[in-house]
Amino acid sequence: MSQIPVTVPELRPALRIVVVGHVDHGKSTLIGRLLYDTGALPEGRYEELKAASAKRGVPIEWSFMLDAFQAERDQAVTIDSTQIWFKSARRDYVLIDAPGHREFLKNMISGAASADAAILVVDAVEGLRETSRRHGYLLHMLGIPHVAVAISKMDLAGYDERRFKAVARDVKNYLFDLGITANAMVPISGRDGDNIANGSAHMPWYQGPGIVQALDELPEAARPADLPLRFPIQDIYKFDQRRILAGRVEAGVLRVGDELLFSPSNKTARVRSIEAWHVDQPPTEAHPGQSIGITLDEQIFVERGEVAAHAEAPPQLTTVFRATLFWLGQSPLTVGATYKLKLATQEATVTVQSIERIVDTDTLASAAGKQVERNAVAEVVLRSRQVLALDEYKLIAPCGRCVLIDGYDTVAGGTISMEGYPDQRQSLAVKGSNLTRVEHRVAADSRAQRHGHTGSVLWFTGLSGAGKSTLAMEVEQRLFLKGYQVYVLDGDNVRRGLNANLDFSPEGRAENIRRVGEVAALFADAGMICITAFISPYQADRDRARTSARGAFHEIFIKAGLATCEQRDPKGLYKKARTGEITAFTGVSAPYEAPEAPEMTVDTESLSIDDCVAQIVAYVESVIALTSRS
Amino acid sequence: MERLDDLEAQSVYILREAYNRIEPLAMLWSLGKDSNVMVWLARKAFFGRVPFPVLHVDTGKKFAEMYAFRDRYAPEWGLDLWREECPPIEDIDPSLPPAARSAARKTQGLRTALDRHALKGVIAGIRRDEQATRAKERVFSPRDTTGQWDFRDQPPEFWDQFKTDFPTGAHVRIHPLLHWTELDVWRYIAREAIPVVSLYFARDGKRYRSLGDRDITNPIESKAATVAEIIAELETTTTAERAGRAMDHEREDVFERLRADGYM
Repeated sequence: MSQIPVTVPELRPALRIVVVGHVDHGKSTLIGRLLYDTGALPEGRYEELKAASAKRGVPIEWSFMLDAFQAERDQAVTIDSTQIWFKSARRDYVLIDAPGHREFLKNMISGAASADAAILVVDAVEGLRETSRRHGYLLHMLGIPHVAVAISKMDLAGYDERRFKAVARDVKNYLFDLGITANAMVPISGRDGDNIANGSAHMPWYQGPGIVQALDELPEAARPADLPLRFPIQDIYKFDQRRILAGRVEAGVLRVGDELLFSPSNKTARVRSIEAWHVDQPPTEAHPGQSIGITLDEQIFVERGEVAAHAEAPPQLTTVFRATLFWLGQSPLTVGATYKLKLATQEATVTVQSIERIVDTDTLASAAGKQVERNAVAEVVLRSRQVLALDEYKLIAPCGRCVLIDGYDTVAGGTISMEGYPDQRQSLAVKGSNLTRVEHRVAADSRAQRHGHTGSVLWFTGLSGAGKSTLAMEVEQRLFLKGYQVYVLDGDNVRRGLNANLDFSPEGRAENIRRVGEVAALFADAGMICITAFISPYQADRDRARTSARGAFHEIFIKAGLATCEQRDPKGLYKKARTGEITAFTGVSAPYEAPEAPEMTVDTESLSIDDCVAQIVAYVESVIALTSRS
Repeated sequence: MERLDDLEAQSVYILREAYNRIEPLAMLWSLGKDSNVMVWLARKAFFGRVPFPVLHVDTGKKFAEMYAFRDRYAPEWGLDLWREECPPIEDIDPSLPPAARSAARKTQGLRTALDRHALKGVIAGIRRDEQATRAKERVFSPRDTTGQWDFRDQPPEFWDQFKTDFPTGAHVRIHPLLHWTELDVWRYIAREAIPVVSLYFARDGKRYRSLGDRDITNPIESKAATVAEIIAELETTTTAERAGRAMDHEREDVFERLRADGYM
C-alpha cells in the first residue's frame, strides 16, 4: 500500500475564467458548446444532455450541463455559479459560470472573485443590458484584469456585421469608462459553434480570434512578489516546544533572518525559521500564496489578525477608512449601523459614519443617498474602535479589501481607499523608550484654587469660515476681562511657528493637530484655559487630543453649513479650492467629520456673534469656574 | 507557484481557518484516495499532526482492503479515530431508488455522529469536478439545524472570507479539496507518496476508480497498476469518475436529493 514518490512533470498553468453577463444572454450555452467543441465532455454526457432536453421538449440545451439543480433546469436559469474544466492546446482552464439573474448577484460574486480573467457575454440582438453593465462594474471592482467580450446569438442577428459593430462599440465604450480595455470582441453563435473553438463559415467578415484563441492569448496570472511583504497571522500553534505563527504570505517575500514589524501592535522580532512537514529541506523563503508557519527569535505576544511586514514598508494604521461596497444584505445599509468587519485575518466592529455616494452602475453616475439597497454599489466611510492595519486596495489588494457581517451573514464586500485620511502610525507611536514621568510638586488643585477655575481645553472644531477664530478671540477677551487665565491657539498663528515645517497633506494635517493637542494639554496642565481654533476635521485626531488633555477637554462644535461658509469665505480659500488652486480643502475636496458627541454645539448660522460668545462664556462659568463670578 | 503547490497552499489555508474558527470539529475519513490526501494536507497544515478526530462513518459494507487500510494507518499517522455505525436499510426513506437508499445510510450515520459529538464542523473531501451539484458547493457550506443543504440560497463566499458564524444547532461542512480535480489528486499522491487502498490498482484488467460500498460500486476496465499508470490513464479518459457508482445514475435529480438531505 505504501509507495515511493513519483516525479510529476511540471504541470501546465491553469487560468480561471469567469463567464458573466445578463440573464439569458447565453453564458451557459457558450460554456456547453466550448466543452463540446474542445472534447472536454465525458463520455455519455452529450447523450444525457440530449435526453434531459428532450424530456422538457427543447432542442439540445447546452446550459443543462452546468445547471445541475432540478430547479435550474426547469426554470432554465442558473441559480448558483459552477466550475468546469477544459484544456486548449496552450493551457488548462477552469471555467466559472456565473448566474446573470439579478437575484443571484451574491453567487455571481462568489464565482467571479477568484477569477484571473472574464468573458462578458452580450446578446447581439438585445445589446448591453442592466446586468451586463452591473457585471462589468463588478469585474472592475473585483480587480479582474482581463476581459474578453463575446457578442452572442449572432445567428439570431442574421450574422450581421453592422449589428456586431454597433453592440461592440457600446460595450467597448462602457468598459472604457470603467478603465477596462477589452482583450477581444468576438461575434459568436452557440448553435453551430461559430468562433468558439473553431472559426465561422457564417461570418467571413470577421478576421479576429475565436473565444478559445482569445483566451489563449491572455497572459498568465501574476502573483504580487515585488510588492511590500504582507503576512497576516492566521493562528498560533504550540503543538510541541515550537511556537509557530501560521499564515499565508499575501504579498512580497518573507525570508529567514528578516526583521518583522507586527501591526497594529508595533512589536518587532526576527524570523528564526520557516517550519514545514514532509519536505526535504526546510524552506528559507516564502512567496505570495504560500501557507506557511514561522518561528521567531523572541517570544513576543502576537495574535491572529496582526500583519507582519518589513519596517520600511508597513501597512497603514487607522480607525477610519473609505470603502466602495457592493451591498448584498436583505435590509439596507444605513448610517450609524454597526457590522462585523473581516479584513484578511483581522476582525473588528465598525460603524457606518457616512454614505458618500451611491453608484448607478447603469450610467456610472453617482448620487447622494441615505441608505444603500440590496445589490447596489456605494462608497461609505467606516469607523472602528480598534486600530486596523490595512492597505490601499489599489496597491496591495489582499490587505485592502474587506467583508461585512451582519448577524450570521456576509452582507457586503468592499475595496478600501485611504484618500483624505492620514496614516495614524506616526501619531500612535511613542518613539523614546527611556522615558519616566516626573511628578510636579504643585498640585492641579492648587493651581485651580489660585486661578479660580480648572485648567481646560476648549477645542473649537468646524469648517473654514464657520467662525472659530472670530469666536475664539472674542471669548478670550471676555474671559480675560472676567479674570480667567486664558489663551488662544489659532490655526494660522501656530502654522507660522511651531508647525512651520508641516504641509497640508493628510499626514501633515494630522501631525499639526497632534502637536496642538499636546500644547493645549500643557496649557491646561499649567492651570490655564486654552482655546484652540482649528478645522480639525478628523474625529480620530480630536479623540487623541481629548486623551492628551485627560478629562479637561471640551469639544465645541462651531456649526455652519458648507454653503454658508463658502458664501462667507473670509480668507478667499473656498474660491481657490473650487478652482483647484488649493487641493484637499476640507468640505470641498477633503472630508469633514462632524463631532459625534461634542460637549457643546454653537450654531453660527442662526445666532449672532454676541449670542454665540455669551453661550460659550456661560458654559465656562457653569462648568469650568470654581464658583460663579459676575 | 507550481500548480500542486498552489492547490496544497489553498487547502492548508482552508484547514487552518476551520481549525481556528470552528469547534468542535472532525474530519471525515472514508478511506478513499481523496480523504487520504485530505488527512495528508492536515498533517502539512499542522506540522505532522491532525489536531482533531477523524470520523469513519461505517456502512459495514466496505471492502476488506479498506478496513485493513484503516486499521494500519490510523495508528501509524497518529489519528484520533472515531467510528460511527450506520443504521440498517429499513430505517431509510423507501421512496429513494435502491442504490441511493443504500447510500443514504451514510447520511443517517453522519447525522448520528454529529449529534453524539455535538459537532459544529465536519471536514469532507468532495471536489467540484466529481459531480455537477458538488460543483456548486461552497468551501464553508452551512447546514441548518435539521442538517439540510439549502442550495437555493447559499451564502456569498469570496476573497477567502468564509462563513464562520452560525445559529446554535446548525453546522458547517468544510471542503478543503473543492478546487482539486481527480488528476490533481493522483498527481499529488504521486509526488508525496501517499498510501492508498490497493483496490485502485488494476488486477485482472479491472480497477476501482471510486470507492464506495461493496454492493453499489463497480470496477472499471483498466490496466493501470501503478500511480503513474493511473495518471496516464486519466489524462486521456472520457469516462466520468463516478461512472461506477450506481446511485448517481438511477434518476436525474437523485444526487441533488441525497445532498440536500445531508449526503456528502
